Amino acid sequence: MDASMFRAWIHEAARSVTKNADHLTRLDSAVGDADHGINMRRGLQAAVAMLDETRPSTPGAVLATVGRALISKTGGASGPLYGTGFRQAARTLGEDADVSAAQLGAALAAALTGIQRIGAALEGDKTMIDALSPAVTAYQAVIDTGGDLTNATRAASDAAARGLKQTAEMQARKGRASYLGARTIGHEDPGAASTVLILSALATICSAGERHADGNP
Amino acid sequence: MKKFINAPEAVLAEALSGIAAAHPELKVDAENKVISRGDAGRRGKVALVSGGGSGHEPLHGGFVGLGMLDAACPGEVFTSPVPGQMLAAAQAVDGGAGVLFIVKNYTGDVLNFQMAAELAAEEGITVETVLVDDDVAVKDSTWTAGRRGTGATVFVEKIAGALAEQGAGLAAVAEMAKRVNAASRSFAVALTACTTPASGKPGFDLPEDEMEVGVGIHGEPGRRREKLRPAKEIVATALDAILTDQPLDTGDETIVMVNGLGGTPLIELYVVFNEVAAALADKGVVVARNLVGNYVTSLDMAGASLTVCRADADMLSLWDAPVNTPALRWGS
Repeated sequence: MDASMFRAWIHEAARSVTKNADHLTRLDSAVGDADHGINMRRGLQAAVAMLDETRPSTPGAVLATVGRALISKTGGASGPLYGTGFRQAARTLGEDADVSAAQLGAALAAALTGIQRIGAALEGDKTMIDALSPAVTAYQAVIDTGGDLTNATRAASDAAARGLKQTAEMQARKGRASYLGARTIGHEDPGAASTVLILSALATICSAGERHADGNP
Repeated sequence: MKKFINAPEAVLAEALSGIAAAHPELKVDAENKVISRGDAGRRGKVALVSGGGSGHEPLHGGFVGLGMLDAACPGEVFTSPVPGQMLAAAQAVDGGAGVLFIVKNYTGDVLNFQMAAELAAEEGITVETVLVDDDVAVKDSTWTAGRRGTGATVFVEKIAGALAEQGAGLAAVAEMAKRVNAASRSFAVALTACTTPASGKPGFDLPEDEMEVGVGIHGEPGRRREKLRPAKEIVATALDAILTDQPLDTGDETIVMVNGLGGTPLIELYVVFNEVAAALADKGVVVARNLVGNYVTSLDMAGASLTVCRADADMLSLWDAPVNTPALRWGS
């Protein structure tokens, strides 16, 4: 997977989050403060603009740029959380021009660790962790059994989507939703929902990349 | 939705331009979205920086000026500002004596200010952070993000700001800010939800005859819903929540704020204050100073919050010190 595929991923994620921004904001108005879709759209569109302007040439540089853009433009808790996730992922990829499926798995795991470090959320707290953590596990399971990038990213995206569904049954313990306690039960977590969109965009790009033999969707 | 706006996405930038036009004594950095004192960066003075989502005006920009904040960083509506903004504010106001970040306890504000403090340290600026968490409607437990920061922010900014103006050092100013926060409790009740310019719809549905008890300042619903009751009973509920958390004794002196959430007429706030004053007098608690008005709003939400600070002599004396900001102004 090269820098152009990583850029394509972020373009696709921005497109998907923009398309679903109202849905994310609706989820957030049930349990939070009704700004998640707006913030994520602003952050990812800024990331795309920065990528288009600077055209970083390695996967690590792409993700580092995305992390910086999200931290400086998103606001709210999502900016530092996602921004840190992308920056930690970038660090594991170093300066390699092309990264393997196993390296991407390590990058996703590093993102998870970074987000948990600053957000201090555990699985079951009704946060983005409830989508990201099972996704990292599912991705690794596919790689460990000899699966390829397309299958691994699809498994990650599917696991995240299942995790998101489960957040509806959870009571929020982190962030602004935690103030509502039991009243959060019955609503999906907006942060987990945006994580699903980002991981689903990754799966989309990877399966398209397989169809295009040149890896250049 | 009926609002005086041109475009939802332009509200913050245009409001900042309006503040700049109305208050030439302040500096408004439109690019970084920082409002600072005209004389910011005075050598040897500890600088106070606060910030948070917009929609709570006059908080925080309306409290920038002599005796209060040195700079404020407004985020988008109900969205925390970003670290770069806070760093720009710290750089604009640091006079070499350090910067105090006054942060309301919300996950987004805390995370962004934390990143900003790291960036500022890399730039050689000494930063201390004080969290404000006075809202007793939220249980402070490991199962929540902790109590929210609301009305006490005004008390912290005023009293710590006065101490900094007198030339106290960073540690002393931070300590005073923590003392004021620890001595303050708040509780709010909403009669309607608020509508953000971007969403255009009320944040929650509240039937005509109900109120949201323990509401937050971002349109986040409160801890329970009840049928609307007379002001006297609503005040009793709020005061009970506050005094259960922090009992007050006969003779205790307090600073009390009855704060409108944006859509409640001042005459109703005085009805509320009348009840608060009577209830506290019954308990022998002295309301030594008070504020009645719109200080920490939630856009157009109808509702009110009550903040009670058990004030010692130092706090009262600093409260009386001169202040000259757009929203709070007394002394000379």
